[in-house]
Amino acid sequence: MSTSELIIEPGRSEKNYWKDLWLFRELFYILSWRDLKVRYKQTTIGATWSIIRPLLTMIIFTVIFGRVAKLPSEGKAPYAIMVYAAMLPWQFFANALSEASVSLVSNANLITKIYFPRMIIPASSVIVSLVDFGISFLLMLGLFVWFQFLPSWQIIFLPIFIVLAFFASFGISLYVTALNVKYRDFRYIIPFIVQFGLYVSPVGFSSSIIPAKWRLIYSLNPMVGIIDGFRWSILGEEKMYWPGLMVSILVIIIFCFLGFKYFRKTERSFADNI
Amino acid sequence: MSLPVIEVENLSKKFVISHEVQEKYSSLRDTIAKQFSQITRLKKSKQQSFEEFYALHDINFQVHQGDRVGIIGRNGAGKSTLLKILSRITEPSNGRVKIRGRVASLLEVGTGFHPELTGRENIFLNGAILGMSRTEIRTKFDEIVDFAEIEKFLDTPVKRYSSGMYVRLAFAVAAHLEPEILVVDEVLAVGDSQFQKKCLGKMEDVSKNQGRTVLFVSHNMGVVSQLCKTAILLNKGSIVYSGNADGAIQQYLNLNMTGQTYLSDDDSKDFYIKSAEVLDTNGNICNNFVTSSKIVFKFRLNKKIKNSHVKLSCTIQSKTGDYLTTFVEELDNWFSEEFGSREFQVEYAPSILSPNSYAFRLAIFVPNGIIYDLVEMICPFSIIDEGTSMAAFEGSHYGYFFSNYSFVALDEAKKVS
Repeated sequence: MSTSELIIEPGRSEKNYWKDLWLFRELFYILSWRDLKVRYKQTTIGATWSIIRPLLTMIIFTVIFGRVAKLPSEGKAPYAIMVYAAMLPWQFFANALSEASVSLVSNANLITKIYFPRMIIPASSVIVSLVDFGISFLLMLGLFVWFQFLPSWQIIFLPIFIVLAFFASFGISLYVTALNVKYRDFRYIIPFIVQFGLYVSPVGFSSSIIPAKWRLIYSLNPMVGIIDGFRWSILGEEKMYWPGLMVSILVIIIFCFLGFKYFRKTERSFADNI
Repeated sequence: MSLPVIEVENLSKKFVISHEVQEKYSSLRDTIAKQFSQITRLKKSKQQSFEEFYALHDINFQVHQGDRVGIIGRNGAGKSTLLKILSRITEPSNGRVKIRGRVASLLEVGTGFHPELTGRENIFLNGAILGMSRTEIRTKFDEIVDFAEIEKFLDTPVKRYSSGMYVRLAFAVAAHLEPEILVVDEVLAVGDSQFQKKCLGKMEDVSKNQGRTVLFVSHNMGVVSQLCKTAILLNKGSIVYSGNADGAIQQYLNLNMTGQTYLSDDDSKDFYIKSAEVLDTNGNICNNFVTSSKIVFKFRLNKKIKNSHVKLSCTIQSKTGDYLTTFVEELDNWFSEEFGSREFQVEYAPSILSPNSYAFRLAIFVPNGIIYDLVEMICPFSIIDEGTSMAAFEGSHYGYFFSNYSFVALDEAKKVS
């Protein structure tokens, strides 16, 4: 008989949190797997969704910003690829945020019936979005072939920006998810943030059209740094605006920290409040 | 004896009930609105009255390895809160619990079952949720499927399962958990009786032959006495009795005896039993009847919803909680308005129940649907022998009913050679 000793007392779970996260990794895998499976099972066209959505948005943005408004692309890169390079991280972020924010409430039955580090639930929503991201990424390879476009050598840095996008999504999601347990009307705010964000972030246009003096402030939107990074590593046309990236990274770190802290603080009472 | 596997010391759980806010969760809109009204002082900030409520108060007990402990008590006595703390779903407010060994808690069968997934997939999902590793599930997979008797439907989404199959599958997974400590909440109250028996057998086997510890919450005294060696009786958040199971059950019944009338102070339900009492034919509250007297059961129902085929069931229970006789009435016939309160009276004919202890069970429900209110073991009463032919056997258990019988001899008495 294993003699693992467990002590339950007020505030105790704090100390074992990281250990528990590790112990419950199997549950995390299986919940992510469930979310993925269910997501593609219920829809008739399944995984095609993760291609259709960014593809249609990309076409519309290319037509409106590129053709109608005649905004400049970055260097010689086709406007469509420039938009799609930004669409990838943006869709990932938007999906992760909207899925994660409702994840705890929709898994209320689990939360009130068994113990596990609650962070697993929003984390698995973010993972599902990451898989979607992977599928959309394949479409970009198709676009390269279609436009006969050769991505720059800097594409080897892309994983770094994917990791950044992951943390931006996860940090903000944690915060919003915990808030949603307490204030249920947050679920009405999320779609608004997502829609609004699509236009404030440089998705349909290049951030180089932002006047230089505003650019640093513009980078307070963490998605600006990430999108610029994606474009930089895929298109390799514009020079990277490093101070902006630093600001974005800083904002991401702050959000992760706040999100984690707030989530941990409220987590204990989830089962009582939900 | 080795160290106890569960040690509970001065455990308390406090809830703060705010009398102003009704919902459990607030909305941001309300919070902002409240802030504003406080800043502008347009509205004198209402004195919010907070009330502290102890769901558990200063609980101490120990459980040793291989014990099967029943936890009994009336609704709201703190049983579920205790289980939730032991399974780490909520944190206690005070005190501590020391647990040696892996705990698996079964507060509901089929937690996390997803209707879209197949039986096979749900076994893995549910297993992981209950704390089994994938390799563990894989090795027990065939056993689980066998136990649940669902081989043919393994690859059908569980949304197409009958409710019986669903429950069987769910319990099968749970029954194959191999924790050192198993915490079970009234989950056996589901499934058909044959399957229930199978589950009980499994649980007994788990604890007797494998030396595992079982903590078991139930309303069904029969099951508790059958399964548990010791029991803890909770009342209003405190331990009233802790010791052998029969003693605890007796105490539980006595506890109910003192509260002869049932009175609900929870008016949050849409349709509920407000009060209930047992009377004699003169209308006096009574809990000791002679066999030849009528038993009158009076209760009041309060209702806050539209009529929708709500039924009432009224059952006489034995002292161990078994259902002896039940009738069901359509409540729509008795209420015309959306809001209503009405008192009903049931008269049971004399000379039916044999000398013993009994109680009532009332349920307000929609068949195969919502249960609005359910109370068990309320208004206990005893039948006392007043000189029937059975009086000589007083004290021995000889059943619950008098039957109309005839007893004749079929031939002449013959000499036996």
